[in-house]
Amino acid sequence: MLEDVKQILLVLSGKGGVGKSTVSTQLALTLKVRGYKVGLLDIDLCGPSVPYLLNLESQSVHQGPDGWVPVYLDNEQRLGVMSIGFLLSSRNDAVVWRGPKKTSMIKQFLEDVYWQDLDYLIIDTPPGTSDEHITVMENLRHVPQCSAILVTTPQAVAIEDVRKEITFCKKTGISIFGIIENMSGYVCPECSECTNIFSSGGGKSLSEIARVPFLGSIPIDPRVGMLAGQGKAAVSELPNCTTSKMFDELVRKLSKSPTNGNSETSANEDL
Amino acid sequence: MSKVPENAPQHCPGTASENAGKVSACAGCPNQNLCASGAASAPDPAIEIIKNRLANVKHKILIISGKGGVGKSTVTSLLGHALAAKNPDINVGILDADICGPSQPRVLGVRGEQVHNSGSGWSPVYVTDNLSVMSIGFLLGSPDDAVIWRGPKKNGMIKQFLSEVDWGDLDYLLIDTPPGTSDEHLSSVQYLSGAGLAGAVAVTTPQEVALLDVRKQLSFCATAGVPVLGLIENMALYICPNCKSQSEIFPATTGGVAQLSAELGAPVLGSLPLDPAAGARLRHWHHTRAP
Ligand SMILES: Nc1ncnc2c1ncn2[C@@H]1O[C@H](COP(=O)(O)OP(=O)(O)OP(=O)(O)O)[C@@H](O)[C@H]1O
Ligand SMILES: [Mg+2]
Repeated sequence: MLEDVKQILLVLSGKGGVGKSTVSTQLALTLKVRGYKVGLLDIDLCGPSVPYLLNLESQSVHQGPDGWVPVYLDNEQRLGVMSIGFLLSSRNDAVVWRGPKKTSMIKQFLEDVYWQDLDYLIIDTPPGTSDEHITVMENLRHVPQCSAILVTTPQAVAIEDVRKEITFCKKTGISIFGIIENMSGYVCPECSECTNIFSSGGGKSLSEIARVPFLGSIPIDPRVGMLAGQGKAAVSELPNCTTSKMFDELVRKLSKSPTNGNSETSANEDL
Repeated sequence: MSKVPENAPQHCPGTASENAGKVSACAGCPNQNLCASGAASAPDPAIEIIKNRLANVKHKILIISGKGGVGKSTVTSLLGHALAAKNPDINVGILDADICGPSQPRVLGVRGEQVHNSGSGWSPVYVTDNLSVMSIGFLLGSPDDAVIWRGPKKNGMIKQFLSEVDWGDLDYLLIDTPPGTSDEHLSSVQYLSGAGLAGAVAVTTPQEVALLDVRKQLSFCATAGVPVLGLIENMALYICPNCKSQSEIFPATTGGVAQLSAELGAPVLGSLPLDPAAGARLRHWHHTRAP
């Protein structure tokens, strides 16, 4: 059912906790606010964060005549969400599954959700490079309108993991739309001194070395962190902060890239 | 822990169950005869081998987190250093069970070291005289090499690490696990079922998205029969290097680790601030000791 989706974006990082789910949800919300029809698929089966981040934890999905009906954030159904969290009876339930079972669940998520016509489908992934990633990449490598957004934090460990992720994309043939550097500095609320807690600039230099577009950096901003659990877009709540500007700019870049293949060249030109 | 295979029929009683191969759900399952013969319930021989291999390792502790990037590997390395520094006669080993994202070589400052395979098994890398470490990171050619492995291959690697590393006598073996509750966790617990796990220490940051995953991880421990030794809170407060004032980067909107500890009855073992100065000191320290 993904043929009707104009553009698919995989949000990847390798390292955990760098803000994949935050980027996925904020990107989906920004696209929705800017008038697009968006789907958000959470393939983190062991640690699904999307239902919590979007304040949809009490919701559940049901089977309709055309497949699973996603949970919609809004009445106009501009943002639909699918996550294993909607299938668990309690938020504390652990999904303790080995690879093959995870693989079959993700295949169902890719094939059996009735998204209807979408402008964008964002896919939030778990940390690592294992079953979930292999499955999603294998299933999407032949989908021309699919590309990856890599999220990293500036410290060496995270950069190293993202380099692995670039190798992974190259091996599987998924084009890379670009790299986002998250948590690239913190402004002390007392003295306004900006500290590069995890150092900074790593994402940009990595993008140069790997010849991958750099999409921008997001500082650590506790106000952005506080949006977690509310399902609110930074671009609406905090229109002037750096994060909102980055997401608006990203949406602009996405809208300029042709939706049918060749996204690689266009994204490069755009930068 | 369930012994139900992935491809089992819906009401599979589990391969280790007394009813294996005998209930109505088993009809038509390709494994029915095997299960009914009782062969499937025989434990994996690796469990016994690992028990013998780790006979001289006193306390085996899993370090878990659920969520990614909460500082599990850093906390593991600091804990290893702290235990080893207390007393030169205490021997500590760290096993990096994060196969797809190994970070122990880097956090311990021993990147690029080689592990040697001798008659008695793989010898780990020694960080100090009494702190040793084993990681898949030592087996990779370049930092760009991605370990893109599905579950069974990761399980094989963990089995090999547990059964073939020659740790010598250890007081503590700290096992750094990846985020999630999947193959690495199931395998570590299963393979160590003979050798015996002392328990698990959970590392988390204070905000709800992290606690949510930790609760899942702790439900797993409860089902798997792994005692939770305690919780460590990381990045609780930020200490500004300029004005020394403290602020919350990851606000504990739902009561943080203290609340979780009260819910579970597991003690809080410690709380670490996010201190850029400490991070820099650590990097400097590793840098000056690098060969
Ligand atoms: N720019 C930011 N400013 C402040 N807090 C942030 C920022 N980005 C992410 N966070 C916070 O950092 C934490 C980790 O983010 P998130 O859950 O999005 O990471 P993840 O990569 O999805 O993690 P995992 O690998 O576990 O899935 C969350 O508490 C989130 O609110
Ligand atoms: Mg996430």
